[in-house]
Amino acid sequence: MDPDSPDDPAEFQKRLDALAPLIVDGAPYAVSLGFKIAEITRDRAVMTTPYSEDLVGDPETGTLHGGVITALLDHCCGIAAFGGLGARHTPATLDLRIDYMRPAKPGCDITAEAHCLKSHGLVAFVRATAHDGDPDDPVAIAQAAFMISGASKAAHKRAYEAFKDAKS
Amino acid sequence: MSQALLDTLLATPFVSRIGVRIEQKGTELTGVLPFTDKLVGNPLIPALHGGAVGAFMEVVASASLLVSQPMARLPRPIDVAIDYLRPARAQDVYARAIVARSGRRVANVRVEAWQGRTEAPVATLHGHFLITPQGADEES
Repeated sequence: MDPDSPDDPAEFQKRLDALAPLIVDGAPYAVSLGFKIAEITRDRAVMTTPYSEDLVGDPETGTLHGGVITALLDHCCGIAAFGGLGARHTPATLDLRIDYMRPAKPGCDITAEAHCLKSHGLVAFVRATAHDGDPDDPVAIAQAAFMISGASKAAHKRAYEAFKDAKS
Repeated sequence: MSQALLDTLLATPFVSRIGVRIEQKGTELTGVLPFTDKLVGNPLIPALHGGAVGAFMEVVASASLLVSQPMARLPRPIDVAIDYLRPARAQDVYARAIVARSGRRVANVRVEAWQGRTEAPVATLHGHFLITPQGADEES
């Protein structure tokens, strides 16, 4: 958890792979909704959430609540932004725009794929789609901007200091 | 006003799971998202998950549409645009919605969410919802 991120792509990927489990397990809300990370590279993230009757938003049709898709897209975009911004600080969502193209099919797991299109300094721009089996027939698409906030930097510093103290 | 559907909305598995409550004074409605550890997105700050605050505002938007006129079914989101203005701290969140326009099929809603002070919102949502007013064409 050193403050600098490696320039070498293989080292960078190693770091992402090491951090990947923490990125979901470290967020209680993501854990409680059952999110799983499927893939993470420097500027791409893939995440899934299993269908669950606990997450239904319309009892008449059995479709998942829009809020589940919102959270999945937010989290997946955030992971792509995290990689894109150098895998040091957890970025905060600045804005998130979602188009709900169609209701998700009852009983189907949802997969979100996010790409970090551009990142510089403290800001990253991300696009994502969510689908329930066929990536060419998305249930929702999203566009988001993320930023490394002062609160996130301060939290990282506290965690790093605590980690160093624990080691020494 | 669609009290039965409002009750249905609050009892749906996802909404009852995140624990949204609605306080109603006539047609004025305030949503409450009581803090629990399960809503946290970043424990280091600690801050609530953006997806939790976003979902909460979607629920408050739907609830406001249900009290604005009699509906035949629950509103369905078409699109939402969420702005996150401050980290949402480990506390309860409140939200109020303004129905900018509620037509025969589509409604335009704005929601503001805050914690300590209403003048310092943590997030805002602007969205379009597909609605089915009672008595209007109900097949879609």
